[in-house]
Amino acid sequence: MSVTAESNELRDDVLNGLQLSGQLERVWRTPSGLVGALMSVDHKIVGRRYILTAFAFLLLGGILAMLMRVQLAGPEQTFLSADKYNQIFTMHGSTMMFLFAVPVMEAFAVYLVPLMVGTRNIAFPRLNAFSYWMFLFGGCFLWISFLFNVGPDVGWFSYVPLSSLQFTPTKRADVWAQMITFTEVAALAVAVEIVVTVFKLRAPGMTLDRIPLFVWAMLVTSFLVMFAMPSIMVASTSLILDRLVNTRFYDASSGGHPLLWQHLFWFFGHPEVYIIFIPGTGMASTILATFARRPVIGYPVVILSLIGTGFLSFGLWVHHMFVTGLPQLGAGLFTASSMLIAVPSGLQIFCWLATLWDGRPVYRTPLLFVIGFIVIFVIGGLSGVMVASVPIDTQVHDTYFVVAHFHYVLIGGAVFPLIGAVYYWFPKIAGRMLSERLGRWNFWLAFIGFNVAFFPMHFLGLIGMPRRVYTYTADMDWAHLNLLSSIGAFVFALSFALLLVNVVYSLRKGALAGDNPWNGSTLEWATSSPPPPQNFDRIPVVKHRDPLWADSESLPVIAGLSAERREVLLTSLAEAEPQTREASSEPSIWPLLTAIATTVFFIGSIFTPWAVLWGTPPMAVTLIGWFWPSGSKEDEE
Amino acid sequence: MLLATWPLAACAGRQSALDPQGLQSDQIRHTLFIFVAVAAVVWTAVVIALGIGMLRRKRAADQPLDLHQTFEERTGRVILALGIATTVIVLGLSFVSYAGQRTVFAKDENALTLKIVGHQWWWEVRYEADSPHQNFVTANEIRIPTGQPVKVELESADVIHSFWVPSLTGKMDLIPGQKNELQFTAKNAGMYRGQCAEFCGLQHAHMAFDVIALPPDEFGRWREHENQSAESPADQLGKQGEALFRARGCALCHNVSGTLAGGQLGPDLTHVGGRRTIAAGTLPNTPATLGAWISDPQHIKPGNLMPKMPLQSDELIAIIHYLEQLK
Ligand code: HEM
Ligand SMILES: [Cu+2]
Repeated sequence: MSVTAESNELRDDVLNGLQLSGQLERVWRTPSGLVGALMSVDHKIVGRRYILTAFAFLLLGGILAMLMRVQLAGPEQTFLSADKYNQIFTMHGSTMMFLFAVPVMEAFAVYLVPLMVGTRNIAFPRLNAFSYWMFLFGGCFLWISFLFNVGPDVGWFSYVPLSSLQFTPTKRADVWAQMITFTEVAALAVAVEIVVTVFKLRAPGMTLDRIPLFVWAMLVTSFLVMFAMPSIMVASTSLILDRLVNTRFYDASSGGHPLLWQHLFWFFGHPEVYIIFIPGTGMASTILATFARRPVIGYPVVILSLIGTGFLSFGLWVHHMFVTGLPQLGAGLFTASSMLIAVPSGLQIFCWLATLWDGRPVYRTPLLFVIGFIVIFVIGGLSGVMVASVPIDTQVHDTYFVVAHFHYVLIGGAVFPLIGAVYYWFPKIAGRMLSERLGRWNFWLAFIGFNVAFFPMHFLGLIGMPRRVYTYTADMDWAHLNLLSSIGAFVFALSFALLLVNVVYSLRKGALAGDNPWNGSTLEWATSSPPPPQNFDRIPVVKHRDPLWADSESLPVIAGLSAERREVLLTSLAEAEPQTREASSEPSIWPLLTAIATTVFFIGSIFTPWAVLWGTPPMAVTLIGWFWPSGSKEDEE
Repeated sequence: MLLATWPLAACAGRQSALDPQGLQSDQIRHTLFIFVAVAAVVWTAVVIALGIGMLRRKRAADQPLDLHQTFEERTGRVILALGIATTVIVLGLSFVSYAGQRTVFAKDENALTLKIVGHQWWWEVRYEADSPHQNFVTANEIRIPTGQPVKVELESADVIHSFWVPSLTGKMDLIPGQKNELQFTAKNAGMYRGQCAEFCGLQHAHMAFDVIALPPDEFGRWREHENQSAESPADQLGKQGEALFRARGCALCHNVSGTLAGGQLGPDLTHVGGRRTIAAGTLPNTPATLGAWISDPQHIKPGNLMPKMPLQSDELIAIIHYLEQLK
C-alpha cells in the first residue's frame, strides 16, 4: 500500500531500513539541551514527565495520608492541630483526585495510545505539552500554597457555604478553586488529543473492532472528561465569582442556593470516579490478555460495558445527596439507577474470569496486581450497592464506611491495575525489566496492607465514626480499629517504597527488555523498547485485533510518509482507511511560555481583579507566538 | 471475610448503627443485613470462580491460540446468564431498599415537634408548643419521650451540618435556606449520642450532642421544669456570679430566661447546670471543666466562636457557682 505524495520529496519507501531509521530519528528527535527539553512535543517525553509528576503527587498525597493515620491511630492525639488536619485531608483528597488519579491515567494514555494505535505522535502535540505545563504549575501552586499555610481546608469537594467568603475569608478556597481550573484545562486538552488520536490517527486497518481495549477505555474516559468537566468549571468559576466579585450564586439569603453547588459538583464528581476507574479496567484487560495468553473473552461485551458505564455514570450524581432532603421517590429512583451500574461492571468481571478460565495464565507481577484488583474491587462495588440504598446511606453517608468504600473502589479499581501497568509497561518505557522478586513482595505488602488499612473502616463507620474528624475520645470504642487501620496503612505505604526502590534499581540494573518481553499482542510491542522518536520506522498495517499474535512473523507496513519532515497518517474514522498525510508540530517553546502566562493570569486574578487586564496581553502574545505560521519546508523550496 | 468479622462490631458502641434503639434504625439495620448477606454471597462466588480459573488444569501449553473464536457460544451464554442474574439481584435489592425507605421516612401527624438549628459548632434545640409560653430553648441535649414519634425540623444558622443519631435513625442535613425534617421513635429509654456528620469547619469533630429518651411521664415533668425561668441564685456568691455574668459580657451572647441576660449568639444557658456536657459534647459538665472552659475556651476547642473572657479567679469562681445553680 502507499499514499500519494508529491514527486520529489524524500519518502520513507525509497530508503532502506537503516537509512530510514537514521533519517526519521533526525527528523523526529527532540533538540538536546535544556531548551530542547523545554520545547519537546514528543508524546513519549511529555507522557513520561506526566507519569513521573503524577507519581510525585501520589507520594505527596500518600505522605499526607500517613500523617492522618498517625493522628487517628489513637484517641485524642495531638500530633496534628484541627487546622492542620483539615488542610491535610483536603489536600490529600484534592491531590489524589486532581493531581494524581486523573492525570496519571491520562499520562499513561499520552504515552501509550499513539504507540498502541500505530502512529508517530499524538494529535496536537503542542497542546499536549501545554497541558503538561498547566498540570505541573497548577499542582505546584496548590502545594506551595499549602506549605505556606494557605492550603485549602474545606474538603476536596469544598461545599458552599463553608467555602464562601463569609465562612472562609482567607485565600484558601480561592487557591483550591483556581487549582481546579488548571487541572480542568490540562485534563480537557488531553481528552481532546486522545479522542482525535484515536479517531484519526489509527494505523490503516485498525477498524473500530480492532482497537485495543486500553485505547477503548481511554476513548470512553476522554468523553467522560469532556462532558463532566464543564460542570465543575461552571461550579468553580461561580464560586470564584461569588468570592472575588460578590456575585450570589450560592448565597441562600439572596436567592442563590447552596445545593446548586452540590448538583454541579457531583454531576462532575460522580463521573470523575469512572474517569479514574475506566482506564484501570483498560489496563486490567490488557494485562489479563497478555498473561492469560489469550485475547479477552467477550471483546464486544467489554466495550459495550465501558460505554454503558460511561453513560450511566452521568445519571447517578444524586446518590451523593440522599441526606440533603430530596423528595423521597426521586431518591428511590436514583437508588435503582446507581445500582444498575453494577451490571456493566459485573459483565466486565465475568469476561475477565472467563478469560482466566480459558487461558493459560503465567503469574507474573502485573497479573498478580490485576487479580488483587478483582478481589478488592468487587468488595468496593458491593459496598457501593449498599451506599446506593437510601436507607443504608442515611446511616453510612459521611462516615468511615464511605471512606472504606471509595478507597476500595479507587485503590482497588484504579491503583492496583495502575501498579500492574507500571510493571507491565516499564520495559517499554525504560528498556529494562523491573525486578520480579521485589515485584512479588510489592504485591503482597500492598494487598495485605491495603485490606488491613481499609477493611476495618467499614465497621468504624457503622459504629458511628464520622469522617473528617481530627480526633475522637477513648470512650467511643473506635481506638482499636483505628490503630489496626493505621498499621495497615503503613504496610501499604511500605509497598510503595518498595516500588520506588524497584524502579530506581531496575533503571540501571534491570534486565534488558527487548522489544516484546511479555509477548504482548498490541502494537506498542512492535517497536523497540524504548521506542525511537518516530515510534515506528514504517507505519504498521493492522489486519487483526491482536496483530502481534496473528502476524507473528512480521507486521505488514504501509509506506509513503515523508522522511524529511514530521508527518502523520490520517485514516478514516470507522474503517481506518488511509486518507491523507498531515504535518505534525515541530518542537516549540511557545506552549511553555503560554502556560506561564496563563498561570500568572490565574494566580494574579486571585489577588486582584486587575490581573484580568494586565494578565491578558502576555497570554495573547504567547498564543500568537504559538500559532504563528511556521516557515514550513514547502515555503523554502 | 465479610461475614467472619461481622459479629465483632455488632455489640460495640455508644453511637452505633448496629445497635439500634429506634424503630427507624432497626429497619435500616434490617435492610443493611440483607444487603450484606447478598454481598457476601456474591463476593465469595466471584472469588471462588477466580480461584478455579487460576488453578484449573490448562490445555497443553503448546496448543495454538484460536484467535478467531474468542467468544464461544457456551461462554457467551454463561456471561449473558450472569449478566441477567446481576440485573435481577440489583432490581431485587432496589425493591428491598425502597421498602425500607418507606418505613424509615413514614410520617406521623401527631409527632412531637422540635426545631433544631445547627451552629458552628453546637446545636440549638427549640421546643415549641401550641401556646407560646410553653416554648423553651436548650442546647446540645435533646430529651424525648419513648414510644412516641418525634419530628425534628432542621435548619442551619451558618453552614451545612448534618444531624445524626445512629442508634435512633440515619442522618439528615441542615442546610441554610432550606427546611428539612426527620422523624424517629425511640423504643427504649436511654441515652444516645449523636454527632454532626457533615464537615462544617474547624471544630466539626467537636459537634456532638446527647439524645435522652425518657418514659413519657418523666419527659412531661422535665418539660414542665425546663419551661420555668431560671431561679434566682440563693446565696451571695451566686448573686455575685449572676451580676458578673452580665458585667463581664457573657450575657452578650448567652440567654438565661428570667434574667436580664438575653444574648442570642451562643447556647441558651437557662438550665445549663442540668446538662451532662458542655461545648457540644466536648467535656463533661463539672465545676472544674466549666472553669477551664470559661477561662480559656480556645485552648479546649481551638477556633470555636466563644472568646476568651478576661476574668479574675474569684470572679470565675462566682460565675461557675452561679451556672451550677442553673438547673
Ligand atoms: C496510602 C493510601 C491511603 C490512605 C492511608 C488514605 C487514607 C485516607 C483517610 C484516613 C481519609 C479520611 C480523611 C477524613 O475523612 O478525615 C482519606 C480521604 C480521602 N482519600 Fe485517601 N488514603 C489513601 C490513598 C488514596 C488514594 C490513592 C486516593 C485516590 C485515588 C484517595 C482519595 C481520597 C479522597 C478523595 C478522600 C476524601 C478527602 C475529603 O474528605 O475531602 N486516597 N484517605
Ligand atoms: Cu456541624
